[in-house]
Amino acid sequence: MTAQVFAFIPHANSRIDDAAPELAAAARQLAPGAPVTALVAGDGAGVEAVCAEAVRFFPEVWKFAAAELAYPNAELLRPLLSRVLPRGAIVLFSHNTLAMDLGPGLAVKLDAAYLPDIVAFEAPEGQVLRAVRQEFNGQVSTHVACDLSGGAVITLRAGCFAASEPLAAAGRVVDRSADAQGLAARRRFLEVVPAEVGDVDITKEEVLVSVGRGIGDKENLPVAEDLAEALGAVVSCSRPVVDAKWLDKSRQVGTSGKTVKPKVYLALGISGSFQHMGGIKGNPFIVAVNKNPKAPIFQVAQVGVVADVLEFAPVLAEAVRKAR
Amino acid sequence: MNILVCVKRVPDTAENEIEVRPDGTDIRREDLVYSVNEWDNYAVEEAIQIAERTGGTVTVATVGDADAEEVVRREMAMGAQQGLMLTDPAFEGSDGRGIAEILKAAVQRGRYDLVLCGAQADDGAGQVGGMLAALLDWPYASLVNRIEVLEGQRLRIGREIEGGNQEMSEIELPCVLSIQTGINEPRYVGIRGIRKVASVEIPALGASELGLDPSRVGRAACRVRKLDYFVPPAGAGAEILQGSPEEIAARLVDLLKAKGGLK
Ligand SMILES: Cc1cc2nc3c(=O)[nH]c(=O)nc-3n(C[C@H](O)[C@H](O)[C@H](O)COP(=O)(O)OP(=O)(O)OC[C@H]3O[C@@H](n4cnc5c(N)ncnc54)[C@H](O)[C@@H]3O)c2cc1C
Ligand SMILES: Nc1ncnc2c1ncn2[C@@H]1O[C@H](COP(=O)(O)O)[C@@H](O)[C@H]1O
Repeated sequence: MTAQVFAFIPHANSRIDDAAPELAAAARQLAPGAPVTALVAGDGAGVEAVCAEAVRFFPEVWKFAAAELAYPNAELLRPLLSRVLPRGAIVLFSHNTLAMDLGPGLAVKLDAAYLPDIVAFEAPEGQVLRAVRQEFNGQVSTHVACDLSGGAVITLRAGCFAASEPLAAAGRVVDRSADAQGLAARRRFLEVVPAEVGDVDITKEEVLVSVGRGIGDKENLPVAEDLAEALGAVVSCSRPVVDAKWLDKSRQVGTSGKTVKPKVYLALGISGSFQHMGGIKGNPFIVAVNKNPKAPIFQVAQVGVVADVLEFAPVLAEAVRKAR
Repeated sequence: MNILVCVKRVPDTAENEIEVRPDGTDIRREDLVYSVNEWDNYAVEEAIQIAERTGGTVTVATVGDADAEEVVRREMAMGAQQGLMLTDPAFEGSDGRGIAEILKAAVQRGRYDLVLCGAQADDGAGQVGGMLAALLDWPYASLVNRIEVLEGQRLRIGREIEGGNQEMSEIELPCVLSIQTGINEPRYVGIRGIRKVASVEIPALGASELGLDPSRVGRAACRVRKLDYFVPPAGAGAEILQGSPEEIAARLVDLLKAKGGLK
C-alpha cells in the first residue's frame, strides 16, 4: 500500500492529547514504511507548543496556524483538510466529539471511505483494511472490510491502541499556514459554556454507587440511595438517567460527563458502554450488578452479580448495615 | 420553518439482549423488539417544538423496508405532519454514504430549512448526518443539545463536547444538525395517538421517483462492508458471585471492606 497516511492531532491547552501517540503507532502499523504526517491546526504559541510535542512521535508535522483556527471549528477544518490532503490519503482521527463533527463530511469531500470508531485492525491486504467495530453499545462486535483504494477517514477509539514511544530522532515541522488563509464557514464559534457544578462533587468521592437505565424508573432511585447511605457513598449515574431527568447532570459519569477516580465503583443496571467507562479512571474495584449475564460491564468489572438490581441492592444494603 | 427529520427503525436495546446468530452472519432478529432509534426520537421532539414556536411543518423520513413504516407512524403520532418512506430493493445493504445519498435526494425534492438527524444509531457510526450535510453542501453540527431560532435565517446552537461542556455557535440555515439525547423530553405517545394516524397515507419513494443513480446506493456502492458479527472471546472478566442473594451480599461485604468500599 502506497497511500500517504496522516494523523490529525487533537490538542487542548497547548498540549497534545494522550491519543496522539496512539495515532502515531496505529498509522505506522497501517502502512509500514509509508510516510506518516501529523496535522496540527491552531493559533499562536499553542500551536507551536503542540508541534514541538508532535515531532517527538511523527517524522513530519504540518503546521496550520491561523487566527480562525484558535478554536477547532470542524466547519473550518473540513475545507482546510479537503484543500491540503492529497487524493487517496488515509487520515486518522481519535474518535472524539471533534472527529464526529468533522469526519463524515470530510470523507464525502475527499470522496473517501469513512470508517468510524474502530477498536482494532489487521495489517491491510492490498487495498482492503479489516477492522473491528462494536455495535449496540458493545453488546456485539463486527469485522468490517474497508476499501482503501480511494482513501479513507478512520477514527480510532481512544485507549484501544498501544501508544507509540517517542522517535529516536525528532521529526520536522513544515509550516503550511499559507494554505490556512481565507477560510470561511457558515457556522461561527461563539464560546464554550462549562458544565454546571452540582450539589455534590462525584469526582472527589472514594466510593460511588452508580445507577443506569436498569434502575427502571425515578421512583426506584431510593434503592440506590439507601445502599449508598449504608456504604457512606454517593450516587452517580449513566447518561440515560440524566437524559430522563431522574438525576442531575453533575452526577453523570462518562466522556460527556464527569471523570471519576474512586476506590470502589458499584455499577447497578449499567451496560458498560465505552462512553460510560471512559469516565472511570484510576483502576477502581468495580462491582457490577446486572440481570443480563452477557452485559459488557462484566468484561471490565472485577466482581459481578447477575441479579435484578431492585431485588439485590436492598439485600446488600442490609448486609452492609449488619456488618458495621 | 419546514423541518425534515431522518429516523431509523432499530432493535430496542433496552428491551432486548442482542445475540449473534451461530453462523455469524447477523444478530438473531427473530424475537427482537424494534423501535425508533433513541436519538431520533429527541430529534423529532425538537423539530415539533421548533415548528410550534415558529410555524411550519415537520416531515419524518426513513430509508427502510415496509416494516420501517411503523416508526414513521409513531413519530407522526407525536405530532409530525408528514411521513416519507424511502424504499426500494436497490437501497438494501447501503452503507452510511448510501443512506446519505438517498436522504439527499429526498431533501432536494422538498423545501426544507432544517434537517435533523440523530447523533448515532444502532451500529454507533454517527455518520449519516455529517455526510448528508456535505452532499448538500450545507453547514453541519453534530451532538447538538440546544437550538434557539434567531432572526435572519440563523440558529444559535449548543454542541455537547467532552466533559459535558457546551460549545456555542451560530449557524446559517439551511443546515443539518444531529441531535444528542437529553436536549428535550420527548413526549409520550399513547395508543390513542397511534390510532389517530393509523390510516394516514405515507408516500413511498424509490430510486426512480427520487431520480437516484442506483449505482450510488445499495450493497455494490459500499466502501465499508460488514463481514460478520461476533462476540469477542471473554478475557479474565468479572468473578461472578454465586449463591443466594444473602450469601452473595455477605461475600461482597467482605470484598468491599478489603477494597475500602466500607467507610
Ligand atoms: C457522544 C456520546 C457521549 C456519551 N456520553 C456518555 C457519558 O458520558 N456517560 C454515559 O453513561 N453514557 C454516555 N453516552 C451514552 C452511551 O453510549 C450509552 O447509551 C449509555 O452509557 C448507556 O447507559 P446504561 O448502561 O445505563 O443503559 P443501557 O445500555 O440501556 O443498559 C442498561 C443495563 O441495565 C440492565 N438492566 C435492566 N434492567 C435491570 C434490572 N432490573 N436489574 C439489573 N440490571 C438491569 C440491562 O441488562 C443493561 O445492561 C454517550 C453517547 C454518545 C453518543
Ligand atoms: N435508514 C435510515 N433512514 C433514515 N435516517 C437514517 C437512517 N440511518 C441513519 N439515519 C439517520 O442518521 C442518524 C445517524 O445514524 P448513523 O450514521 O447510522 O449512526 C440517525 O440517527 C438517523 O437520523
